[in-house]
Amino acid sequence: MPVEPVAVTTAERLRMVGVHKRFGATIALGGVDLSVAGGEVLALVGENGAGKSTLMKVLSGAHLPDDGAMCLDGQPYRPRNPLDARRAGVAMIYQELSLARHLSVMENILLGMEPTHGPFMAWNLVRKRSAEAMAQLGRPDIPLDAPVYRLSLAEQQLVEIARAIAIGCRVLVLDEPTSSLTKRDIVCLFDLVTRLKQQGHAIVYISHFLEEVKEISDRFTVLRDGRSVGGGLTADASTDQIIAMMVGRTVDELYPRSPRTAGEVVLEVNDLAGAGKPESASLTLRRGEILGIAGLVGAGRTELLRSLFGLAAVRSGKIKFGAYVGASSPAGRWSQGMGMVSEDRKAEGLALSLSLSDNITLSKLPPFLSPSRQDELSMRWIDRLKIRCRSPRQSAGDLSGGNQQKLAVARLLLHDVDVLLLDEPTRGIDVGSKAQIYQVMDELACAGKAVLMVSSYLPELMGVCDRIAVMCRGVLGDAKPVKELTEHQIMLEATGSGEAA
Amino acid sequence: MTTLTYEARTETRRSNVRTLLAKVGPLIGLVFVVALFSSLRPQRFPTFGNVEVMLLQTTVVATGALGMTLIIIAGGIDLSIGSAIALVTVAIARFLGGFEIFGLVVPPAPPGLAALGGVAVGVLCGMLNGLLITRLKLAPFIVTLGTWGALRGAAKGLANEMMVVAPSTWLNSLLKTLSPGDRWMLLPPGVWIMLALALCVGAMLRYTRFGRHIFAIGSNEQTARLCGVPVERSKLLIYMLAGAFAGLAGVLQFSYLTVGDCTTATGMELDIIAAVVIGGASLNGGQGSIFGSLVGALIMTAVGNGCTKMDYRNWVQEIVTGGIIIFAVALDRLRQRRT
Repeated sequence: MPVEPVAVTTAERLRMVGVHKRFGATIALGGVDLSVAGGEVLALVGENGAGKSTLMKVLSGAHLPDDGAMCLDGQPYRPRNPLDARRAGVAMIYQELSLARHLSVMENILLGMEPTHGPFMAWNLVRKRSAEAMAQLGRPDIPLDAPVYRLSLAEQQLVEIARAIAIGCRVLVLDEPTSSLTKRDIVCLFDLVTRLKQQGHAIVYISHFLEEVKEISDRFTVLRDGRSVGGGLTADASTDQIIAMMVGRTVDELYPRSPRTAGEVVLEVNDLAGAGKPESASLTLRRGEILGIAGLVGAGRTELLRSLFGLAAVRSGKIKFGAYVGASSPAGRWSQGMGMVSEDRKAEGLALSLSLSDNITLSKLPPFLSPSRQDELSMRWIDRLKIRCRSPRQSAGDLSGGNQQKLAVARLLLHDVDVLLLDEPTRGIDVGSKAQIYQVMDELACAGKAVLMVSSYLPELMGVCDRIAVMCRGVLGDAKPVKELTEHQIMLEATGSGEAA
Repeated sequence: MTTLTYEARTETRRSNVRTLLAKVGPLIGLVFVVALFSSLRPQRFPTFGNVEVMLLQTTVVATGALGMTLIIIAGGIDLSIGSAIALVTVAIARFLGGFEIFGLVVPPAPPGLAALGGVAVGVLCGMLNGLLITRLKLAPFIVTLGTWGALRGAAKGLANEMMVVAPSTWLNSLLKTLSPGDRWMLLPPGVWIMLALALCVGAMLRYTRFGRHIFAIGSNEQTARLCGVPVERSKLLIYMLAGAFAGLAGVLQFSYLTVGDCTTATGMELDIIAAVVIGGASLNGGQGSIFGSLVGALIMTAVGNGCTKMDYRNWVQEIVTGGIIIFAVALDRLRQRRT
């Protein structure tokens, strides 16, 4: 079928009403209403864990909703699987692209719907149709024969969008499409989105960059804790209003900060260099303070924590932790009183198939143990951190992201460490769990513990830290008190755009 | 936890049922198989004599399965165990008969010492596997596929590719049906040894730090490392321990054969792995139990023995056993998907 441009229309294309989805005891979606018309860009905003990705999985047929209705062009729409959804004309472009890297551009565009003559590929038709799709995107310059891995990330994304166009999509969903694009590519992408909109496509644009939302969308819908809590015309709402809807509480409530005073120096690092990154890092961490490390992804912040904890090699430099000098192993660090929460709780932070109790007590097991005693010990911290679970014998993989993260933190609390290394401790978890983790960090600092925290989310760093140091290309800058910093200054330093005044 | 909703409580009950089912699932299978054959052949299957024979037939596989369970829980695999068992039987026969190596004359050893020597050979085999896996950072499947061949070769070399006849000693009576004078023992000593060790290993898995570390390594090696578990050292220890059980399985196999046979236990590695997997262990690691593995081994024997009692031909029995392995694991997957 040749690709027919969809007629420009303002009729409602997609409507979702009262969509519910629960996983076990966790309510992922508790009533979402949303609609988007042809020729319109709807921005879907919400914090991590607000339910955006679950909603999109329902839309794309990966999850079946427990309750609620969906309509596509006035017809009931009930996809049973992703293929169903694609056939109905709902196309998703995820952050992680789903291309066959070794196949050519045109093969990728028509993957799964290749035109054939009997058992043979109809190569002339493949070329013709993919060329049409590319022309519709305004990018006839991309070579159709090139294998996809030769293209830049932005071009690969374009191939995915071309694939969506080629199947004749009616609703196009872009999930955080700019997260790995350069400034110039973003401009091109926005031109493309505008072009598709003018061709009459309905577009759902998911992002938590509100500037982008303001620029590209006509309307917006805000998700919070699995519900749609507001929305309207983008032009009528200010960024602050949208944030207030997303967060649902004021910043002071989210980031508790009790008066605390920094005590003796507990960790001192001088000119530390790892195998690759960090190249040079110096810092001092005192009891009773939370020190934040800001910077871009890939600046070497995670590597710094890992080399401090003995998980990555130390090439040169000095580490002095209490009475202990020099590098150590994870086992050594735990026994010296240092603990770490990994940035990737699924791959490293937790053993998901083991019980909560096993996960919490793993770093501090006696040679001979009694399972019920381990459960008792774990329950204390499960209660303290309000981890929602059925029993300490339940496997960690059953919990929601936020509860899993609290579990990873509980291990450090049970071990009663003096220094906590937290790598992105609130990434991808719900607001409630975040608030609890901030609360615990505050209490720990007040009790004289020291926290070293890496985060990519600036408001969080500004909210919980006493001092912040910025890392840029493997080099850690001097830590400054939070009061003397602005987000703008930190971004300048993190992107290496010169020292802030 | 103090305020459980009604829903949460039903959920708890349902999950308790599930955990219980996971624990006794293989046992239900065993009961079913035994009941089936007992009703089909009431005269020949459920007799004391036949039960004793089945336990004897199971003991070697079950002993090997003790070590294999540890390895599989830790996320590894050992394909070389059958070859190691053969090597051990040959080594014991050689120890008992005395031999000459590089001009050095080794006198015949007393049976106890020969058995100990056999276990030591097993430990060395396990150590070889463990060192290759941890030092060269190779996949256990590849390493033990290599030693599967190499150890079989070593066994043939040590045996000059012949049966090695050994003097008759009390070692030969470990796995024999009991004589009337020894009836007070109820079961042959080899079976008791295996059961006692199973109890020890089961307790070790549950009540010691090392045991919990085995689960942690298999469930997520990176987490284990983050939590300060000495991953490499533990793995080496696991393979050596499993080697010791392979050595012991070799002693029992020798006792059964009464000679050193370099071609014995061919394919037994797969029987042992099957027993562990039927018993509920996951080849992805992090899951498994000694009790389950023993039941798994018994299921395999009961099916084989039952088919014989039904006068089925050997090929039927092999197809049925194969089907059961797939069925057991499929059932397990289904159960997990429900969670």
